Amino acid sequence: MKIGIPKESGAGEKRVAATPDSVQKLIKMGFSVQIETGAGALANYLDAAYAEAGAEIVSGDVAWGESDIVLKVVEPSLAEVERLKEGAHLISYLWPGINKDLVEKLGARKLTTIAMDKIPRITRAQKMDALSSMSNISGYRAVIEAANEFGSFFTGQITAAGKVPPAKVLIIGAGVAGLAAIGAARGLGAIVRAFDVREATRDQVTSLGAEFLQVEIEESGDGGGGYAKVMSEEFIKAEMDLFHEQAKEVDIVITTALIPGRPAPKLWEKRAVEAMKPGSVVVDLAAAAGGNCEVCEPGAVVEHNGVKIIGYTDLPSRMANVASKLYSQNLVHLLKDMTKGGKEEYAIDLDDEVVRGAIVHQDGELIWPPPKKEPPKEAPKPEAKPEPTPEPAPTPEPVAEASEPEASGGFSLSAFIGLALAGLWLYFRFGYAGEMDAGGVFLQQLTVFMLAIFVGWQVVWSVTAALHTPLMSVTNAISGIIIVGGMLQAKGDIGSPSAILAAIAILLATINIAGGFLVTQRMLKMFRK
Amino acid sequence: METNLTETLKLAAEAATNQTASAAQAAGGGLESILLTLAYLVASALFIMSLHGLSSQETSRKGNLYGIIGMAIAVGATATASSIDLYTVMAAALAIGAVIGAFMAARVAMTAMPELVALLHSFVGAAAVLVGYASYLDPQMQADHGGTVFLIEVFVDVFIGAITFTGSVLAFLKLKGSVSGKPLLLPGRHFLNLAMLVGSIYLGVMYVQAGGMEGLDQLLIMTGIACVLGYHLVAAIGGADMPVVVSMLNSYSGWTAAAAGFMLGNDLLIITGALVGSSGAILSYIMCRAMNRSIASVIFGGFGTGGGEAPPPKPADGASPGEVQEIDVDGLLDEMLAAKSIIIVPGYGMAVARAQHAVNDLTKTLRDRGIKVRFGIHPVAGRLPGHMNVLLAEANVPYDIVLEMEEINEDFPETDVCLVIGANDIVNPSALDDASSPIYGMPVLEVWKGSRTVIFKRSRRTGYAGIDNPLFYHERSRMLFGDAKDSMEAIAGALRNR
Repeated sequence: MKIGIPKESGAGEKRVAATPDSVQKLIKMGFSVQIETGAGALANYLDAAYAEAGAEIVSGDVAWGESDIVLKVVEPSLAEVERLKEGAHLISYLWPGINKDLVEKLGARKLTTIAMDKIPRITRAQKMDALSSMSNISGYRAVIEAANEFGSFFTGQITAAGKVPPAKVLIIGAGVAGLAAIGAARGLGAIVRAFDVREATRDQVTSLGAEFLQVEIEESGDGGGGYAKVMSEEFIKAEMDLFHEQAKEVDIVITTALIPGRPAPKLWEKRAVEAMKPGSVVVDLAAAAGGNCEVCEPGAVVEHNGVKIIGYTDLPSRMANVASKLYSQNLVHLLKDMTKGGKEEYAIDLDDEVVRGAIVHQDGELIWPPPKKEPPKEAPKPEAKPEPTPEPAPTPEPVAEASEPEASGGFSLSAFIGLALAGLWLYFRFGYAGEMDAGGVFLQQLTVFMLAIFVGWQVVWSVTAALHTPLMSVTNAISGIIIVGGMLQAKGDIGSPSAILAAIAILLATINIAGGFLVTQRMLKMFRK
Repeated sequence: METNLTETLKLAAEAATNQTASAAQAAGGGLESILLTLAYLVASALFIMSLHGLSSQETSRKGNLYGIIGMAIAVGATATASSIDLYTVMAAALAIGAVIGAFMAARVAMTAMPELVALLHSFVGAAAVLVGYASYLDPQMQADHGGTVFLIEVFVDVFIGAITFTGSVLAFLKLKGSVSGKPLLLPGRHFLNLAMLVGSIYLGVMYVQAGGMEGLDQLLIMTGIACVLGYHLVAAIGGADMPVVVSMLNSYSGWTAAAAGFMLGNDLLIITGALVGSSGAILSYIMCRAMNRSIASVIFGGFGTGGGEAPPPKPADGASPGEVQEIDVDGLLDEMLAAKSIIIVPGYGMAVARAQHAVNDLTKTLRDRGIKVRFGIHPVAGRLPGHMNVLLAEANVPYDIVLEMEEINEDFPETDVCLVIGANDIVNPSALDDASSPIYGMPVLEVWKGSRTVIFKRSRRTGYAGIDNPLFYHERSRMLFGDAKDSMEAIAGALRNR
């Protein structure tokens, strides 16, 4: 199989879909590689290096027209599609949801195409996820661009001439790009704050050393697949107010908020820009999707009230060397997946979840978007845990996995048992219309007992492991309820054996109740975030 | 899950309401009885909400409050029952008990929580026995409830109560260290247990046949036997199995309360007892899973499945797999400062050395320097389920950096330094790869996958399970001998000077 790497033609595009390193790997997997002259030049990969890695340096026409598989970064122009040989395979960014003409044209040429932008965001496919690779670069580069336009240090300095405070950076959206930006800004010594509607990102943000800002309204913003969803109006208002407040303080703002299939939300309003100190910088990573900042101009730097708003849309290309390296690695991983680890011939396997998610055409037939059998939700637990050790232990499932099916799958059964018990109870209750004998009472109590066990079983499974000790002391306290038995016997002659025994029982049970509840309270007070 | 839970609660509530009606009917339709049952219904619901509140740290305090309110309602309502006339006695007992309980709760050290919990279990057991006798000796109870079912219920209540009582007392003493933690393995102990059980049943039959209050002798003898049985059951269980024992006794104390509920015809006791009983049972189950042991093998004592003859530590006949390498405070400090991510794995040794505050000090200093510090907690670390979490919380370690084994086990390969403080069996690699090891198959924290593992240890002794730990000889492992607290303080002190 011949792989062709043409030179990117987009204006200002410096990246390339292969590096000498990736070429070597492709050849090891059994492919032959031909690359257009000067394809990697703008990313500092020279033809000689490719040749040394084993690639054939060819003309553009050969790279396009005589390859079985063409690897590319940016989606091809309509003219370029013409240059592909009929029935060839194309792996590239395609954005099939937006580029209707291109999709039609690719189909007409009987091509098989795979969109790198549609690699499903599942754990196994992370190493092929080009969007993440590029976002990471964008996030880093955004900080560098901001630093370039910003007229002061990022890190605070105390010099002989006086003190310079550290820059305050606000990052909006803690996705891949946002986190990369946090890391880069922290690395330069700035004070970093971050905002995201997804509470789950809090730990990631704080683990990178940034402060996690939040709105006082409780609403989960998780929209699945690592993106956020559209929030309620009330929430957005509170959010805007928060940003407006922050605008007065921060020097640098980097916005990274994207919602799939919609224009970027306008988060940094004009009034926020105007509230910023002159000399401050806004970097809008969502510029290509219309921008998060109201005064952003895609592809350019504009100045508004002394604040610079950077709207570059080519940040990964500005770091073409590393961007090409990561992108070409993503491609290698994808091809490795498609050849089953390099052991088999390259083939399209529609049962492969990754391929099925990213494939657009098969032999000219449009088969995108893939059928939604199961929501492509992230399933990190089972994926990431394919056996930490090779040894098959006798009962290897860890506790959590064992308890979860218990809690979810067992529920319909549990509900059934509950109903059955309730029915049984009703039978005993009303089946014996007349006097109830001792046996009947006992059975009735027994059903109450079973019902309570069943409730207890359900409730206790939900207790978090960290609180098992408080759970024990609380159950200790409430099992002091036996005090009721003692109290009901506190009657008759004060010297009667049953009264004396009852008094001691009350005493012991009270110790339990008081001790249990108080010590639980003491413990729970200690748990803090 | 929420909806199902609510449905269940509704069912329970419905059942209890119906019960109210029937109870009222049975009692001859007294308004008092209805009111009392209503109060009990509210109390039961509050207890359920109390346990539910413990599902997360945020709601846990509210959960405890629900429990307190529920208890106040139950006790308050019971106090109004017209049959009670010895108010002075009752009030005195309540007051003294509350003072003692409050005193104990305020004074107990968090490291001594397991002892306190065991002691409280014994009180439930003792109270159940006493209530059992009181009911039995009360002529009115005999007259109202009398009959075979009542007699059997008294018998069962006393039996479970007595086992819980002596078992918990022994567990308390073992945890306190007054009694050796070693399992007592009498020859033929299963037979002994069985004989005691059969004997009790035989006595029970005689006692029921005697009827009324005539069977007191049999009841007393049975109580004695049950006390011995409780003692013997716990005596046969080794120190490392203590978390299971404590949660099992927790469960027993619940069943005791439920048995008392049957005896007294009191639904509140039945419901509460069942809640506590199943809670304890779940905890025991979780603990057993965490140790890869069957409940039966823990209950019947000894270690391992091979008859319980605990394998002695490997004889020092040169079979030792290698030399341990030591590290000093300075060397460790260098590595920690160069690290990006540190995981601390505490075990019972940290509790014994009371090192949790020193650990928190160190954690804080490291975190201030931007190093990511987290804690990995094995489910059976310590002597009580969740023991380590409580200790760390006491020392002010934020709970969001304290992770469970499943949450953190995958992160060890990316970890620069792991500190193992007073833990041994829960980090033993032979649990995964040595089929001959007694703990084979038990899930463990895979600390050896990190770039560097430092083990804080008092001496070269083996852990409670008495088995050797290849982790200590691992090429990336280093040992730091000495008292955990002293070592921690030395490190934290030296760190501040850097």
